[in-house]
Amino acid sequence: MKRSNRPIFWSLFGAGGMLSALVGPMLIFITGVAVPLGFLLPRDTLSYERMLAFAQNGFGKVVILAVIGLFLFHGLHRIYHCLHELGLRLGHGWMAVFHGLAAVGTLVTAYLLVAIG
Amino acid sequence: MKTYMRTMNGWWRRNPFYLWYTLREWSAFFLTAYALVLLFGLARLAQGEAQYEAWRASLATPAAVVFHVAAMLIVLYHAWTWFKVMHKTLPFVRIAGHRVPDGAIFAAGIVSSLVLSLLLLWGLA
Repeated sequence: MKRSNRPIFWSLFGAGGMLSALVGPMLIFITGVAVPLGFLLPRDTLSYERMLAFAQNGFGKVVILAVIGLFLFHGLHRIYHCLHELGLRLGHGWMAVFHGLAAVGTLVTAYLLVAIG
Repeated sequence: MKTYMRTMNGWWRRNPFYLWYTLREWSAFFLTAYALVLLFGLARLAQGEAQYEAWRASLATPAAVVFHVAAMLIVLYHAWTWFKVMHKTLPFVRIAGHRVPDGAIFAAGIVSSLVLSLLLLWGLA
C-alpha cells in the first residue's frame, strides 16, 4: 500500500502554526513596525552588520531557516484550504503545487544562507 | 454525469462564527506574505549593504508599516485560536495520571507565547 505523505506535511503545517503562534506577532512587530519606525527599539537593531553576523552564525541560520520555511509551509497549506472553502475545487495535484512552493521557498532560503558564508 | 452542487457564494458572511473562522484562515495569507518579505530581505542581505539598506528603506514606507500592523493583529488572532484548540490538536497531556484540563493547556500556550515574545523584545532592546 502506498504510504500517505500527509503526516509529513501536517507536521510542517503544525510546526509552522506553533512557531507563528509563539513568536509570530512579536516578530512582525519588531521587523515591520518597531525597527522601521524606531519605536521601542533603535533603528540599527537590524543594521547590515548585525544581520550579516546573525545570518553567518550557525544558530542564526537555523532560526532564519525555521522561521521562513515553517511559516511558508503553514501559510501555503492553509491558503490551499482557504481557496477550497471559497468554492474553488482544486484537486490534490494543486495541494502538491502549494507544498512545492513552500519547499522551493525553503530551499532558496537554505541556498542564500549557504551563499552568505 | 453532472451532479447538483450547492453554490458556495458568500457562505462565510452568513454567520459571525464563519466570519471569524474565515479571518483566522486568512491569517495564513499574511503569514506567507511576511515570510516572503523576510526571504526577500535575506536575498538583499546576501547581495550587499546598499541592496540591504534599500530593502530596509522600503520597510519604513507607510504602506509597509500598515501591512505589518495588519499582519501582526491577524497573526495574533491566529495565535489565540491556535492555543484555544490545542487541547484537541495535541495528544492527551497527562500529569501524574490526570488529564490536564483544556483551560490549563490554553493558559500554558498563552503564557509561553507572552514569555517568549517579551524575551525576544528584551533581548534586542
